[in-house]
Amino acid sequence: MNDLMKVSSNPHVRSKSTTASIMLTVVIALLPAAGFGIYNFGPKALLLILVTVASTVFTEFAFEKICKRKITIGDYSAVVTGLLLALNLPVSAPWWIGVVGGVFAILVVKMLFGGLGQNFMNPALGARCFLLISFTSIMTNFDCDAYTGATPLANLKSGEAVNILDMVIGRTAGTIGETSMIAIVVGACILILFGIIDLRIPGTYIVTLAIFVSIFGAHGMNWPYISAHLSGGGLMLGAFFMATDYVTRPITKRGQYLFGALLGILTGIFRIFGPSAEGVSYAIIIGNLLVPLIEKITLPKAFGKGGEKA
Amino acid sequence: MNSAKERLVNGIVKENPTFVLMLGMCPTLAVTTSAINGLGMGLTTMVVLALSNVFISLLRNIIPDKVRIPAFIVIIASFVTMVELLLQGFIPFLYDALGIYIPLIVVNCIILGRAEAYAYKNPVIPSLFDGIGMGLGFSVALTCIGAVRELLGAGEIFGVHIMPESYVPVSIFIMAPGAFFVLAALTAIQNKVKIAGERKGKDMSKIQSGCNSDCMNCSDSGCTRRLYDEKAGEGDKK
Repeated sequence: MNDLMKVSSNPHVRSKSTTASIMLTVVIALLPAAGFGIYNFGPKALLLILVTVASTVFTEFAFEKICKRKITIGDYSAVVTGLLLALNLPVSAPWWIGVVGGVFAILVVKMLFGGLGQNFMNPALGARCFLLISFTSIMTNFDCDAYTGATPLANLKSGEAVNILDMVIGRTAGTIGETSMIAIVVGACILILFGIIDLRIPGTYIVTLAIFVSIFGAHGMNWPYISAHLSGGGLMLGAFFMATDYVTRPITKRGQYLFGALLGILTGIFRIFGPSAEGVSYAIIIGNLLVPLIEKITLPKAFGKGGEKA
Repeated sequence: MNSAKERLVNGIVKENPTFVLMLGMCPTLAVTTSAINGLGMGLTTMVVLALSNVFISLLRNIIPDKVRIPAFIVIIASFVTMVELLLQGFIPFLYDALGIYIPLIVVNCIILGRAEAYAYKNPVIPSLFDGIGMGLGFSVALTCIGAVRELLGAGEIFGVHIMPESYVPVSIFIMAPGAFFVLAALTAIQNKVKIAGERKGKDMSKIQSGCNSDCMNCSDSGCTRRLYDEKAGEGDKK
């Protein structure tokens, strides 16, 4: 009797991962970058991170309570949004910037479009761009106790020399979580090892940007210049943590390569030809908006359909 | 005059051109950077709407069916030209603030829509009140959107400082995206009130929008504009 097979309806392949477990892994993977940010910029960074995370979680809770929906703060997605948003803020920002950004990210970008899985745009990035447009002077003021002056990318754009080693370690001006390439890559390795993300989007993104910069950057194949572009600004954070957001990336494999390449080209255009030094957030947001079209043109043929006509 | 009253209520509440019919979105989104701009645009449109409704209604038995749309356009365009020249002559600051959107009243779909849907089929007096009602509804809506955008984006209403000194203006609200946010939010609030009222069986036609346009005592609409130009010029200097 032991040979009896269990008969059940599909799905037959099961996985133990849940939204909460995936999101928790992402939170853990973001901790190195957050930790380095706190170490680098001091306790004010910790305060800003806590306020922003509290704001996103509370907004989600309040919205669902008021609308009498199922409370979903247990899936940690609001924590991820808050953490990502906080890592995208300059440390000199006042605490209410985190609150306003958190409310906008969850309420407008995520909840009004139907909650997790329905948002067409990465909530953290949507909020960052909202803040960047609304409070330009606050959001681009990177002065703090440790560093004053422009970000490495701004220096690079104005033709000054930058220290690549400082950029890789993270000893530069910038937002709380974007400065240290090493910390972000450690987090990205955690995500890749646990199978949360793969290298399709980040890999294509980074390679495309490198190619674009070497062609149009007016420095040719100048290795320090290219690596400064790759380690500067929000590229690493954006490529590994925001472009790979499950909800707002294409689901088809070919679409993901296309998406990554598109982001690389857009970022390159914004950085080199645009008026500002940084363009990762706008590039990813525009990419998010194009995802439905990308999915449409990269939809694989159903098994048995199409092919050569006999 | 029952039909006149019914027409006014219809235009302002039941078929509010902005919040219910969603017509004339181009000026709605573009000129409502401040309350005074919204009110000016609304009243200008109302004048054109009332006059063109009257004339189209007068001529409704003369205009042949086949060429009615060109005929409407000629009538509307004449009134718009008059209003434009009057504005330029007597209220130049409003003329400067509204800019290209005054000649564009010609192609405002509320005006053509009311001509086609109402004035062409109805007698003169109801058409006049239909035009005034729709125009008032448009004015109220534009003033409300303008007031909210000005309040959030510049801390003022009709140029009068309202917000405390420590308030940092959220300048996105006087840029293009802010128009969409505010329009969507106000429409949602109005729907919420209406639907809740209908459920309780109340007559909601008496509830009007909360904005009273009685605070027109400042003519400095230029201040929000200057602010807008400043912020727009800054860009992302990261």
